[in-house]
Amino acid sequence: MPAALAATGLQKRYGQAQALVGADLRLEEGELLGLLGPNGAGKSTLVKIACGLVRPSAGSMEVLGVPAGSIEARRGIGYLAELFRFPGWLSADELLSLHQRLAASGGGEAERAELLAIVGLADARAVKVEAMSKGMQQRLGIAQALVGSPRLLLLDEPTSALDPVGRRIVRDLLQELRSRGVAVLLNSHLLSEVELVCDRVAIMLDGRIVQQGAPAELSRPRGVEVETAAGTRLYEGKGRDDVPRIVAEQVQAGGQVYGVRVLSSTLEDTYLEAVSGG
Amino acid sequence: MRVVAAYAVQESLRRRVFTVVLILTAVFLALYGWGASLAFDEVTAFSGEGDPGEPVDPEVVAGSTIFGLAMFSTLFLGAVLAVFLTLSAVRGDAERGLLQPLVVRPVGRTQMLAGRFVAAAGVCAAYVGAVYVVAMLITGAVGGWWPDRVLAPGLALAAAVVVIAAIALLGSVFLSATANGIGVFMVFGAGLAAGLLGQIGEALSSDRLEDIAEVAAWLLPFEALYQSGLDGLTADARGFTDFAVQLGPFGGADAGGPLLWVWTVVYVGLLGLAARAGFARRDL
Repeated sequence: MPAALAATGLQKRYGQAQALVGADLRLEEGELLGLLGPNGAGKSTLVKIACGLVRPSAGSMEVLGVPAGSIEARRGIGYLAELFRFPGWLSADELLSLHQRLAASGGGEAERAELLAIVGLADARAVKVEAMSKGMQQRLGIAQALVGSPRLLLLDEPTSALDPVGRRIVRDLLQELRSRGVAVLLNSHLLSEVELVCDRVAIMLDGRIVQQGAPAELSRPRGVEVETAAGTRLYEGKGRDDVPRIVAEQVQAGGQVYGVRVLSSTLEDTYLEAVSGG
Repeated sequence: MRVVAAYAVQESLRRRVFTVVLILTAVFLALYGWGASLAFDEVTAFSGEGDPGEPVDPEVVAGSTIFGLAMFSTLFLGAVLAVFLTLSAVRGDAERGLLQPLVVRPVGRTQMLAGRFVAAAGVCAAYVGAVYVVAMLITGAVGGWWPDRVLAPGLALAAAVVVIAAIALLGSVFLSATANGIGVFMVFGAGLAAGLLGQIGEALSSDRLEDIAEVAAWLLPFEALYQSGLDGLTADARGFTDFAVQLGPFGGADAGGPLLWVWTVVYVGLLGLAARAGFARRDL
């Protein structure tokens, strides 16, 4: 079974600037992958190559088993750009109808109504884009990306303009999509959100993937904190497996243990270490 | 391509520029009717000053001159419409984030471009055709003058704005909206200047100036089409009347012949190929 997305040695040069310097990434069907990295790391370029908006300078990328950017590849994807705009004169329903025709989706009115309901815009069917708030437009953008039931969803900062309720809607939606077998590449700066919903996280820096794995795999043990009558002591570098031994030693030494806490790095710590070279 | 073209037509008709052009057109046609009425009223005096040995048909001179001016105004308004409907079709829309959601759909970039062109060309040609017909009806109603060829000048004018739309669309692949708008209007102005140069050359009997003007008009065939359209207005005029009707203001009448139509099709095709090649290479 081909991967939903497979990039091998992907390079992209814009004039003198090298945006991607051999990025390798694989996203399986039904997997939710969070792509993290500082501004200018090459995340958007990678997503744009997957959509066919940008041509790679070297390397290759396949989407659903066919070359990225081909008509066949574009039949299977849904995309929400980081900076997008829809024509202000179109209503939400008209916009989705346009994208249905472009995507050759036969979903008709039922699909449009379902998508608007999913993103919480069921009552905004006839509202023109120019009359929508930024958050509403972003939710409409997500609905637009879902037109034609794509097998791979590429979301570039999909929650940047959303309030907490809107973010919750998107989170629930992503989990629902994963259960349906849709692969999602989520490009986001919101680490807590990525940690909550993603199966796997890839960290990009200077045009290449520097770390990837499940959020739990990426978080490393920072130590064990033991609270005794003498105070709190940190056993640096120790993990969960070391706890029985540490407690036993304390008790043997006549100490009284009131509490033990295993400390591990958060995704944020891992990310900051990765991007700062630490 | 049909979906993109239908969307682009819808977009064209809902744009403010279309409303502005419609208002300007209504004002122009009202003023034109008034001006034509005054011009025809003055025709008798003009006729009285003519040389009895070289009879001039005053109705033809007045009708073709004022209708030639109307054709120029129609071309200008059509050019404004063509430029504003296409100036940001690629790079401008991409910079605003409007293009990317459409381009990622399973529609080829060539089809996307062709759809935009068909829509812009269709809207502009229909607009120019309608204004041409209304101006002709006004001229006929107030002065009783009708062009010798009715269809050919209208078609030439429509083809001229189609060429301008194609130039603006090509420019939109490489230039930002503002730069493209300025550039296309400069090209349009160059075409008009070529027509003016040709008239000066004719007045001074300078073959070289006339040759330069002709080459320029064919390099920018909207000007040659406009001149061909003017020629159709008085195609049957003979003698001094034919000499007197030096239509303008930017370019005298000059029959382009069938070769002009072939060249126009080839020209638009070449512009389309260049736009396609540029768009295919463009990162969005």
